[in-house]
Amino acid sequence: MAQDIVQAESFFDRHFGITARDLDKVLSKALEKKADYADLYFEYRMNEAISLEEGMVKNSSRSTANGVGVRVLAESKTGYAFTDDITIEKLELAARTAQYIARNRESLLPAPVGGQAVRSHDLYPVSSPATEVSLEQKIALLQDMDRLARSLDPRIQNVFVSLASEHKIVLVAASQGWVVGDIQPLTRLNVTCIAEQRGNRQTGGYGGGGRVGFSFFTEKKDYERYTREAVRQALLNLEAENAPAGMMDVVLGPGWPGILLHEAIGHGLEADFNRKKVSAFSGRIGQKVASELCTVVDDGTIPSRRGSLNMDDEGTPTHRTVLIEKGILRGYLQDRLNAALMKMPLTGNGRRESYAHIPMPRMTNTFMLAGGTPPEEIIRSVKKGLYAVAFGGGQVDITNGKFVFSASEAYLIEDGEVTRPVKGATLIGNGPDVLTRVSMVGTDLKLDEGVGTCGKDGQSVPVGVGLPTIKIDGITVGGTTAA
Amino acid sequence: MVEGDSFFVTVRLGEIEKVSQAQEKRLGLRLFFGSSSATASTSDISRGSIERLIDDTCAMARSTAQDRYSGLPAPEELARDLPDLALFDDSGQSLSVEERTNLALEAEQAALGFDSRITNSEGAEFSNQAGRVIYANSHGFSGEYRGSSYNLSVVPVAALNGSMQRDYWYSSQRKFSRLEPPESVGKKAAARALRRLGARKVKTRELPVVFEPEIAATLLRQLSSALSGYSLYKGASFLVGKLGSKIASELVTVVDDGTIPAALGSKPFDGEGVSTRKKTVVEKGVLQSYLLDAYSGRKLGYASTGNAARSAGEPPGVAPTNFYLAPGAHSPEKIIASVEEGFYVTELIGFGVNLVTGDYSRGAAGLWIDKGELSHPVEEVTIAGNLKEMLLNIEMVGNDLEMRDRIAAPTLKISRMTIAGD
Repeated sequence: MAQDIVQAESFFDRHFGITARDLDKVLSKALEKKADYADLYFEYRMNEAISLEEGMVKNSSRSTANGVGVRVLAESKTGYAFTDDITIEKLELAARTAQYIARNRESLLPAPVGGQAVRSHDLYPVSSPATEVSLEQKIALLQDMDRLARSLDPRIQNVFVSLASEHKIVLVAASQGWVVGDIQPLTRLNVTCIAEQRGNRQTGGYGGGGRVGFSFFTEKKDYERYTREAVRQALLNLEAENAPAGMMDVVLGPGWPGILLHEAIGHGLEADFNRKKVSAFSGRIGQKVASELCTVVDDGTIPSRRGSLNMDDEGTPTHRTVLIEKGILRGYLQDRLNAALMKMPLTGNGRRESYAHIPMPRMTNTFMLAGGTPPEEIIRSVKKGLYAVAFGGGQVDITNGKFVFSASEAYLIEDGEVTRPVKGATLIGNGPDVLTRVSMVGTDLKLDEGVGTCGKDGQSVPVGVGLPTIKIDGITVGGTTAA
Repeated sequence: MVEGDSFFVTVRLGEIEKVSQAQEKRLGLRLFFGSSSATASTSDISRGSIERLIDDTCAMARSTAQDRYSGLPAPEELARDLPDLALFDDSGQSLSVEERTNLALEAEQAALGFDSRITNSEGAEFSNQAGRVIYANSHGFSGEYRGSSYNLSVVPVAALNGSMQRDYWYSSQRKFSRLEPPESVGKKAAARALRRLGARKVKTRELPVVFEPEIAATLLRQLSSALSGYSLYKGASFLVGKLGSKIASELVTVVDDGTIPAALGSKPFDGEGVSTRKKTVVEKGVLQSYLLDAYSGRKLGYASTGNAARSAGEPPGVAPTNFYLAPGAHSPEKIIASVEEGFYVTELIGFGVNLVTGDYSRGAAGLWIDKGELSHPVEEVTIAGNLKEMLLNIEMVGNDLEMRDRIAAPTLKISRMTIAGD
């Protein structure tokens, strides 16, 4: 672990000749005009993408990006400048631009902006980054998946496989005098199949990944499991009926349906929205916002997970933050700026897409803790409803709390039995209300496979979600068949 | 190669919140070895880095599959005369940070002062970008163009009896002088947030649905994705094999035109050096053209339509240029008046659109239409149908087309969709 810090630190010195003395010089320039805090975020990123379609790997691409962002904080103001030219001249210029916001400031006393950063985790020790594995080996895997998918059923018409690998080295230097670095691998393997039967064409998709190396997919033959799942879903959709429309009881399966928490609860608890009082959850800490069966956490410290980080993008170690404890709203997700202004502790949720972006509070891995009811019992308790086990994307309006998420695999429940598959069901609900309707929580907590990406204010970051099987008493299902 | 400068300032409740400024550049290389290819890019434009880039790309290109459809566009497809499309305007570049900040402040102030129920704000933003695209290929093409854009937006929050609603308005232009005045942007945003106060759910049923222009544009965005050559040859579009067929009501004419002077989606050549052009994609409901680059065109047996979109580091894809649904005969008021009972949609959220099947189900908010008039606001409902039927069921087209963005449409009335609520 100590070695990693040295590696990330020395990397920028070695490659760009930026020394510790240079960092001091730039940071003091950035603080010059009575700012509270300044930091530098150095990033070197290698991305590789390989995709297969029609049985061929036609494209592979690689990109290298490096740059540095200079940030200056003065109370609630942020000045930011970034450059992809890592030279001391460009850094000083960026520092001058970023401190614009501290001009004409009267206060001379800097406000506290969180404490010293100390690296406390080593969550993703990857000996060989996926970007270092040979292209031939990756191509062979993609072709295996294509062959397997086609061999499983003649109705599979086309198969798309994509492998995306990232290797990122970051370094944060703050005006308080500390420097921390991290090396962040990230890999994702996705497969999508198109099945066709009598002119009816349907898709199914599956995938996984994390802060792991390439061997993650081959060790336990996860790539086969993804392929079988994608084929199964595509074939299932050939049989699926139109989804019902209207209010009904819904059972969510374990794992990826945790996207419910991400949309309904997580975004609304990001500190920036709450400091500005524009969230439907503003000022509700200590209040009951969920049934007492619900405990929801955001945890950036789970080894190798897609949403995990040793430190956030402001150098703060990641934490496990309890958001809802037995139904009571407990905490917000903080970055440095908002924690200082709200006088609340840092939670390690200050994240950014890249050096070209200003950090803001973001989720890591967000999930609900397991409850006491066997999942079978939960399904048996529903007379007429929907059982949704896989979802595509979701979205929320923070201010009025309304959120949606769309099922990609769902079934009707009739008299306690899972019956026919349905397609095209979007669920819509109200964030501060939906968890109050959770009447059963299963024993089967599962985290997702590691494919989630969250977008906020134009910035994308990798995240994870998780959920045990739960039952929601009444939520609107947006199908086409009026019930 | 692309390079550019960007700036933004956000203000909130009368104070600067964020200021950001940057310069970026990126060099991309696509290489062909016979019919196999690879793409790479870097932001480090030093000699050593470029040499590494070439070596890496060669190594990758040798490993990828031979694909007889791959390759650059034919030399005769490449643009010869590059028109001046007035894409670059530097008149706003000389504005000071204070002047730029003031534009955002004025827009937010206009929203906050519009009504006492506008109680908060997520802020206002002014941003501008200026950039240059240089493209050259081994078929002898080389060209470049510069472009600019100026953007002003504001997100006010309205509150009533403890419940809040936010909405937004924006203006985006290549020419600084064409930007909508800050006061007007602020007032529209405020009016939009206010009209959502007191929203409620409605009962589940099937009724006519009217899309305001911003929402109608999202339907065009989905249409453009379904018409992308890549979606089509992969069989991943509900419009596979529909060229020459009726895919929409005869009121629907859709145009893609990359040559409109000073428009946001215009450019003199596409991501592969092919001329952009004006083409009717859907004429009176009949599909006339797909959107193609060289590769997807060859796969489908057609020439490129000049719709290659390229980022430096990735192989080309397809994107519309300026893509719009031509205006129809009716004023938006007349369209609303034609609805006895229905739903006027002003916001959609979520990703419930399956372009392979056309299945459509999205979260919606808007205003209820009662006896031809807008009545109470509605939220927490979904609208669902299938894009194939939605396009065929377009019953009225508004006369209110405005190219506010690259993709635009006038008010549209769809005869019937399922609205799910209580």
